[in-house]
Amino acid sequence: MPVVDLLALVLMLTGAAFFFAGTVGLLRFPDVYCRLHALTKVDNLGLGFVLAGLALRSGLLTVALKLLLIWLLVLLASTTACHLSARAARHLGVEPWRRA
Amino acid sequence: MTAILWAFDVVLAVTLVALAAGVLATASLFRSIVLFIVFGLTMSIAWARLDAVDLGLVEAAVGAGLTGALLLNTLGHMRSQAEFTPEPSHGPGGRLALALAAGTAGLAIGAAVWAWPDAFAGLGDRVDTHLAESGAQNPVTAVLLNFRAYDTLLEIGVLVVAVVAVWALSPMRGRVLDADPPGLVLAGFVHLLVPVVVLVAGYLLWMGTDAPGGAFQAGAVLAAAGVLLLITGRVAPPQLQAIVERGAVVLGLVAFLAVGVAVMAGGHAFLELPDAWATTLILLLESLLTISIAIVLVILFAGGRTDAAHPPEDAAP
Amino acid sequence: MNDWTAALALFLLLNLVAGLARVWRGPTPADRILAAQLFGTTGVAIMALLADALDITSLRDVALVLAALAAVAMVVFVRRVWTGQPDPEEAADAGR
Repeated sequence: MPVVDLLALVLMLTGAAFFFAGTVGLLRFPDVYCRLHALTKVDNLGLGFVLAGLALRSGLLTVALKLLLIWLLVLLASTTACHLSARAARHLGVEPWRRA
Repeated sequence: MTAILWAFDVVLAVTLVALAAGVLATASLFRSIVLFIVFGLTMSIAWARLDAVDLGLVEAAVGAGLTGALLLNTLGHMRSQAEFTPEPSHGPGGRLALALAAGTAGLAIGAAVWAWPDAFAGLGDRVDTHLAESGAQNPVTAVLLNFRAYDTLLEIGVLVVAVVAVWALSPMRGRVLDADPPGLVLAGFVHLLVPVVVLVAGYLLWMGTDAPGGAFQAGAVLAAAGVLLLITGRVAPPQLQAIVERGAVVLGLVAFLAVGVAVMAGGHAFLELPDAWATTLILLLESLLTISIAIVLVILFAGGRTDAAHPPEDAAP
Repeated sequence: MNDWTAALALFLLLNLVAGLARVWRGPTPADRILAAQLFGTTGVAIMALLADALDITSLRDVALVLAALAAVAMVVFVRRVWTGQPDPEEAADAGR
């Protein structure tokens, strides 16, 4: 396997690991604020690593730039979505979880 | 490779059926809507696997994006009304009858597909043979805007009728400008995102003649930008009495009819695009259709007419 | 090597399926729609991976559209649905 492909594979596997961690967090964390914490890692690092690996595999600057734009759009969307839902939850009195 | 894709398809198909069942089975409207949004996303992946990227694009923009916004907006509107009770509208007998009817229809369609003759290859070959005359490199655009332009004409007609119905049936309850100011983050988000979304819509429109994309995809994406502007109080909902909005709604339909009739002057049949002009006419029609589709979808979201002569009782003083 | 991107797409799809439990369980509306928000990102990644695995470049445009509209549902949700109006379904929903 060429070095570039190997590096791309490592990047994508790293990204997939973050997706897996995000799913576990979504299912196992105790309240909505904790789950937000897990989800934003997926959008930032999970998608970032997967797209970086794909960009490397394609070897084309145009493809890499399109994937970069996609990543920036998702970053923007997830940051805003995280802020909006956390603020609404706080405003509507959803209590943060505390260890019993 | 094949084994992996086979497993992917099985998981996808099972998930789609489970999501559809979940959408119908849950008593909570909100949960149903969220499942429906996920269904749209999953459906878009299914279209990608079926090599129907044009449909995947529509499903991504409409199913995963706009439909969710429309349904959530409707739910919020319903809850704001005092008499709203989320009672299921059918008793057990009615539900059984509906399930039987839907099941029978499903089995009939399944039987029809099963009985498909092996030798019948569909119309794909004929489209490919005549693609060069269509003025478009993308076979889907060639069919929609040229070979079967009649269908597309009627579709845009349906959208215009939908707007007329919404305007006739639902007076808007005083949403002049969304009064609740968006926070800094949301305002900044809309400020940054809307120009990019407009650019993406233009890209899809331009790509549509030789790659997946086109008026419906671009219109739906553009409408999402409109929804964001509307919901954060940046623009007022479209007005019934404004000539610009009325014009934009019928623009696509009128242009379609005008082109259809104009080509008859050159001795062609109705909507039969002359080969030499086909590319130009398709791009022109798609551009105008994009505007109409976007404004129609925004109006469906805004949900009715605002009547300046008779301000609604709960409008801000 | 395309095998790898196809396999990763399958892995992400399985993640999405597992996450559906959160949509069903809630308990708050924000939990449900946040799960959908995560699936939007998963969908973007799956489309980009399939574009590579199946050699269909235009699937990246589907990923682009999903990314551009990723937060629309969430914005409508916080502006129109989860605004502190009484939610007649919340109580009925909690027991299921």
